[in-house]
Amino acid sequence: MTAILFLLPIALLLGGLGLGAFLWALKSGQFEDPDGAAARILLDDDLEEDGDEEPKP
Amino acid sequence: MTTATAETEIGCPSGLEPPADGVSIDPAPFVRRSNGLARLDLAVFGAKCAGCIRKIESAMNALPEMQSARLNLSTGRLSLVWKDGAFAPREIAERLDAIGYRAAPFDPEKVEQESDREGRKLLRSLAVAGFATANVMLLSISVWAGGGEMGPATRELMHWVSAMIAVPAALYAGRPFFSSALRALKSGHANMDVPISLAVLLALSLSIFEFFKGGPHTYFDAAVMLLFFLLIGRYLDHRLRLRARAAARDLLALQAATSSRLNEDGTLTSVAARDIVPGDRLLLAPGDRAPVDCVIEEGDSNLDMSLVSGESAPVHAQEGTSLYSGVLNLTSKLTVRATKSADASLVADLTRLIEAGEQSKSRYIKLADKAASLYVPVVHTLALATFLGWMFIGEAGLRVSVMNAVAVLIITCPCALGLAAPAVQVVATGRLFRSGVLVKSGDALERLAEIDAVVFDKTGTLTYGKPRLANREEISDETLRAAASLARVSRHPLARAIVAEAGPGKPAPDAVETAGAGIEGTIDGERARLGRAAWVGAESAADDDAQESWFRLGDAPPVRFRFEDRLREDACESIADLEKLGLEVEMLSGDRQAAAASIAERLGVKAWRAELQPQQKIERLEELKAKGVKVAMVGDGLNDAPSLACAHASFSPGSAADASQAAADYVYQGDNLAPIAETVVVARAARRRMLENFGFAALYNACAVPLAALGHVTPLIAAIAMSGSSIIVTLNALRLSMGKRRKS
Repeated sequence: MTAILFLLPIALLLGGLGLGAFLWALKSGQFEDPDGAAARILLDDDLEEDGDEEPKP
Repeated sequence: MTTATAETEIGCPSGLEPPADGVSIDPAPFVRRSNGLARLDLAVFGAKCAGCIRKIESAMNALPEMQSARLNLSTGRLSLVWKDGAFAPREIAERLDAIGYRAAPFDPEKVEQESDREGRKLLRSLAVAGFATANVMLLSISVWAGGGEMGPATRELMHWVSAMIAVPAALYAGRPFFSSALRALKSGHANMDVPISLAVLLALSLSIFEFFKGGPHTYFDAAVMLLFFLLIGRYLDHRLRLRARAAARDLLALQAATSSRLNEDGTLTSVAARDIVPGDRLLLAPGDRAPVDCVIEEGDSNLDMSLVSGESAPVHAQEGTSLYSGVLNLTSKLTVRATKSADASLVADLTRLIEAGEQSKSRYIKLADKAASLYVPVVHTLALATFLGWMFIGEAGLRVSVMNAVAVLIITCPCALGLAAPAVQVVATGRLFRSGVLVKSGDALERLAEIDAVVFDKTGTLTYGKPRLANREEISDETLRAAASLARVSRHPLARAIVAEAGPGKPAPDAVETAGAGIEGTIDGERARLGRAAWVGAESAADDDAQESWFRLGDAPPVRFRFEDRLREDACESIADLEKLGLEVEMLSGDRQAAAASIAERLGVKAWRAELQPQQKIERLEELKAKGVKVAMVGDGLNDAPSLACAHASFSPGSAADASQAAADYVYQGDNLAPIAETVVVARAARRRMLENFGFAALYNACAVPLAALGHVTPLIAAIAMSGSSIIVTLNALRLSMGKRRKS
């Protein structure tokens, strides 16, 4: 039964990490524009045109 | 990639969305300046895909000194930051127009209200409740499964950890319910949140008490699970209402119109409509709308008065004519003097009528609220009866009596009730969305399911709302092409109809439009005129010259172009479908008697009225309402917006004026009327599902309450019953979207 003494904290810590990650994502605006985020991954011209992205070596 | 060709096309490159029509508004008065930076938020219409993001953002980034340009595809908001003074804000609107998107500035004060603080709070509460439910359930299951094997010390440890998680989590996640319950109690009545809060708080305190006593049963898992399920329902409901508010955003954008003010020294400044004072001189270019009520000082032009009459046949106006706000200038430049401020003008009056209609709608009592008003007293009486029964008849002592009373409160948890309505609404709106119907509020489905009659506006709703050439076969290709080359210089609807029939081509080089008469130009070295019969030199027998125009090339005999507004293709079938659903159909039109009569006859509509002003349409709706008839209104014009708002339920086509779309409960896309009947069918099915769910919840309670009252309910049974009933109502709601798949 001593196993639960460290298994319980581990389980709670992992769950807490998940919760923390979600709250952080919510706060940092990850859910502001779900449609846009889905569409933006299709854009690749930031690699060639804009100067703010590192060009490929 | 074919970047170059995509760049030359206008509008959404995916072809999902036609290019937005209309002209962008000069956003200059809405720019916010600080620290040498200028900021601007625009509502962009017509953006749908990744290609749109790239087109719009790269067009904006091409402007000098643009620091950040970001389009939010979900909300359609474009946020711009640039170095102040680098370019005129008008250039932003011009560039967007050039690539085929229309933009309207946001009123920054109103944007603030858009931020979704309540949704964030619900989502955070939901996350915390979900975390707590999962972990407490983990611990509770081991206690239940451990049964006889688990020693009291281990069980106590489990309960201790559960308490450490559940108590803070429930206090945090329960805040939306606690504060709402408190507000309700303060104002002296009980809503659904009162028994919820009571059940959660009692379950928590009872569990803490049991825990210190070393008892075997705690309800920590029940308390957080109850909150978790209810928060799901609450969040779904909130999302629906948020979408309704986003649709109302269009109306705000419309009110944020700007105009060109003519200064004393002859220069022009762009001003917001709300800053115009009576006496200001304004310049109305062709394509501009009058921002306030005003009178023409100089110039003459054709005007689109559809705001007032609903009819798009243009009216000729000259010096001294009074204009209502929202009137569209079609042909030539006008100088006008404002007679009223924006707040006193017709658009503002319409807005107030819409608000009045919406207020009367908000008095509508939703099914869920009706169920709640029954639920609250019944449950509280049952819990009290259980307590008194055990205390005095069973003489079981305080602890057992309270325990059983709390079990009643928990087992009757309104999970099924709280999830039943939102789950059905979300599934139904999702299904309608796929068929091209946007539902703007959850209770719209309930209202639509109750209607007995459908009232149609004529122009633009039953018909296309645009004149089309009716006698194409009488006109030679050569004549049509020549007439179209003149017509291309005009915004007049009849000229547009000729151009639409002739297809693409070049305008005549020296064509000039004379307001109220027609267009004159040179074709193949000969003078040509297109316009009114008298001006062209023809004898017209028609009594209504708004529906015809004449064309004459040189000395050749004049050719008559006749126009008519065509009925939508499936208008007859759709009306028959609605009648099959047991609905009365009526038509209200602002058009002349004769025109309305012929349309009504062709559609087989027996009840119709013509020559109605917006106010009279509302009166007719009120008259029907007084008779106890629940009416769904279908309309598209700005003049229909107040009647849309005051009807029991309302539809507007996607091609309608912004204000009408904002006022309507449903916006349907495409050229067909079929979505109306489909929406009625779905709404009725949704209502049936909801009633089934409420029926199920009642049945479940009828079985569970006696068990709980007799003291047979353990935390394990409560947890199974609670999650079981929630899953069943959700599955029942999902049947709505499965029915569709089977049919198609």
